[in-house]
Amino acid sequence: MISYILRRLGVVLPTFIGITVLVFALIHMIPGDPVEAMSGERGMEPERYARLIAEYGLDRPLPVQYADYVFKAAHGNLGRSIVTQESVLTEFVDRFPATLELSACAIVFALCLGIPAGMIAALKRNTPVDYGVMGVSLAGYSMPIFWWALLLILFFSVHLGWTPVSGRIAIEYDPVRVTGLMLIDSLLSGEEGAFASAVSHLILPTIALGTIPLATLARMTRSAMLEVLGEDYVRAARARGLSPLRVVGRHALRNALIPVVTVIGLQVGTLLAGAILTETIFSWPGIGKWMVEAIHRRDYPVVQGGILLSATLVIFVNLIVDVLYGVINPRIRHTR
Amino acid sequence: MTTPTSSNPAAASEEFQLTAPPSPLRELWRDFRRNKGAVVGLALVITYLLLAIFANVVAPHSPIEQYRDAILTPPSWEEGGSLDFLLGTDAVGRDMLSRLIFGTRLSLSIGLISVTLSLSIGIVLGLTAAFAGGKIETAIMRLMDVLLALPSLLLAVAVIAILGPGLANAMYAIAIVRLPGFVRLTRATAISELSKDYVLASRIAGAGKLRLMFITVLPNCLAPLIVQATLGFSTAILDAAALGFLGLGAQPPTPEWGSMLSGALEFIQRAWWVVSLPGIAILFAVLAFNLMGDGLRDALDPKLKR
Repeated sequence: MISYILRRLGVVLPTFIGITVLVFALIHMIPGDPVEAMSGERGMEPERYARLIAEYGLDRPLPVQYADYVFKAAHGNLGRSIVTQESVLTEFVDRFPATLELSACAIVFALCLGIPAGMIAALKRNTPVDYGVMGVSLAGYSMPIFWWALLLILFFSVHLGWTPVSGRIAIEYDPVRVTGLMLIDSLLSGEEGAFASAVSHLILPTIALGTIPLATLARMTRSAMLEVLGEDYVRAARARGLSPLRVVGRHALRNALIPVVTVIGLQVGTLLAGAILTETIFSWPGIGKWMVEAIHRRDYPVVQGGILLSATLVIFVNLIVDVLYGVINPRIRHTR
Repeated sequence: MTTPTSSNPAAASEEFQLTAPPSPLRELWRDFRRNKGAVVGLALVITYLLLAIFANVVAPHSPIEQYRDAILTPPSWEEGGSLDFLLGTDAVGRDMLSRLIFGTRLSLSIGLISVTLSLSIGIVLGLTAAFAGGKIETAIMRLMDVLLALPSLLLAVAVIAILGPGLANAMYAIAIVRLPGFVRLTRATAISELSKDYVLASRIAGAGKLRLMFITVLPNCLAPLIVQATLGFSTAILDAAALGFLGLGAQPPTPEWGSMLSGALEFIQRAWWVVSLPGIAILFAVLAFNLMGDGLRDALDPKLKR
C-alpha cells in the first residue's frame, strides 16, 4: 500500500512542479511587466519604476526569481492583491469556505440523484424509463450552466418568488463567522430564520452547479452497472436464489461504484470550473467570482495565486481519490 | 443470371465472392443511421451549418444595427410584438433573430478553428510521443498532465489573463484546453497500432519515420480522433459561450451567443426572450454535436459493432 502511495506521489510531483513553473511563467507572459500592470494607465516616473523593479526582484535572472517564488509560495506568501493590498492567501482562505460549501452541496445533490437514476436506467434497460433518464442526462451534459442558472432564477425566483437571487444569506442576518460555512454558522448564531435563509440561498446555486456532475454520474453509473450485471458473480448470486434487491444492492452496486468513485474525484475540477460561472451569476462570494473579478481588474497576483491554489487543490483531491481507489480495489495496487 | 453455367455450384460461389463488400463510407452510414439520436444530431448540425453559411441571406436585419424606437420589442406572437422582429429585439433594439443567426456563424467558426488547432497540434505531439518514446515522450506527457490538472475553464481563463479578452484569444484558449485530450488519445492509439504487423512490414520495406507516422499509422488512428473532434466541437462551443458570458471572449457588439447572455440578468423580469433564446441556440448546438459524436462512436468502434 505504501509503495502504491509513493508511486502515485512520484507521478503527481512533476505535475505539481509543472504547475508552479506555469504559474510563475504566467506573470512573465503578460504584456508588459507586473510593475507596469500595477501602474495602470497613467504610467509612472522612471525612478519609481526602477525602484519597484528592484524591490520586486524583477531584475534578477529568471531561475533565481522562480526559486524565490517557489520558496515564498511554500511559506504561504503568494504576494498581495494590487487592488486591495490584502495578502492573496488570506483572500483565498476567506473565500474558500463559500466555494467549498457550494461544491459539497452540489456533489451531494448529484450523488443523491445521479446514482439512483443511473441504477434504475440500467435495470430498466431499453425501456422508456431508460431513454428518459439518458435523454435528460444528455441534455444536462450539454447545458450551458450559466444559462441554466438564469433559467432557474427566471422560474423559481422571478416567476414563483420562492428563492432569493443572490448572496449567501439575507442581509438582516449577520452570523458570526466561525467555520465560514454559512449553513453551520447560521445554526450556531441561534437566530430564528437564519438557517432557513442560508438554505434558501443555497438551493439554486446547488442545482446549477450540480447539474453537470449529476448527468455525468447518471451516465457512468448506468454503464458501470450494465457491465457488472453481465458478470458471472451476479448470475451466480441470482442462481443462488437471492432476492433481486440483494443481488443489485450487495453484489452489483458495490462493484459498479468502483469506477464511479474515480468519476467523483474527476468532478472536483469540473466543480471548480463550474463555480467560476455559478458564483458569478449568483453573486456567491467564493473563489470563482474572486478570480473572474481579478482578471477584469488585471489583478495579476490574485490570478496567479488563485490558479496555483486551485490547481493544488485539484491535484491533491485526485491523489486522495487515487489512493482511495487503491483501497477499495486492491487489484489496482499491483498493476504497473 | 440464367445462363446454364451459373447453375454450376462452383461458378455460383465464385460469383458470390465477387460481389464487392460495401464501401467503408456506406457501411459507416448504415451503422450511423441505426442510431436515431445521431441522425437527429446530424440534421441539426446541417441546419446550423446552412444557417451559418447563408447568415447574410437568411437574417432579416443586420446583427448590430440598433433600432432605437423598437427597444425590447417582444417576439411577434406576444402582445406588442411586430412581424418586423420575429423573435423580438434586445435592450438596444437589435433584432434577436438576426443576432442568433449570425451567432451560429461565430460559434461554428470558433468550434472549427479551435478544434482544428488542437487536433492538428495534438496529432503531431501525440505521434511524436508515441514514436520517440523516452525523454521526449515523458516531457510531452508530463506537460499534458500539467494542463489537465487545471480545471478546463480555469485554464482558459488563465490563458485569457495572459492574452487579454477577445474572440481570437478565446479560440486559442479553448484550443489549449482541449489539447491534452487529443495528444493522449493519439499517443494511446498510435502505440497500440505500432505493435501490429503492417507497421513492421512497412518498416522492413524501408519506410522513413515521417512516412510511418503520417501515412502508415495515422490513418488507422483516425476513427477515435474523429469522434473526439466531434465531441470537442460541442465543448468548444460551450466554453466559448461561457467565456463570452464572463466578458472574456467575444466583445460587444459581436453577436456571440454567450456574450448576448452576459447582460441578460438585468432583463430577467422584463424580457424573457433576451434571456432564453441565446441559451436555446447554445443548448441545441451542443446537443447536436454530442448526439452526432455518440452516433459516430457507436458506428466507428468495432468493439460495439455486431
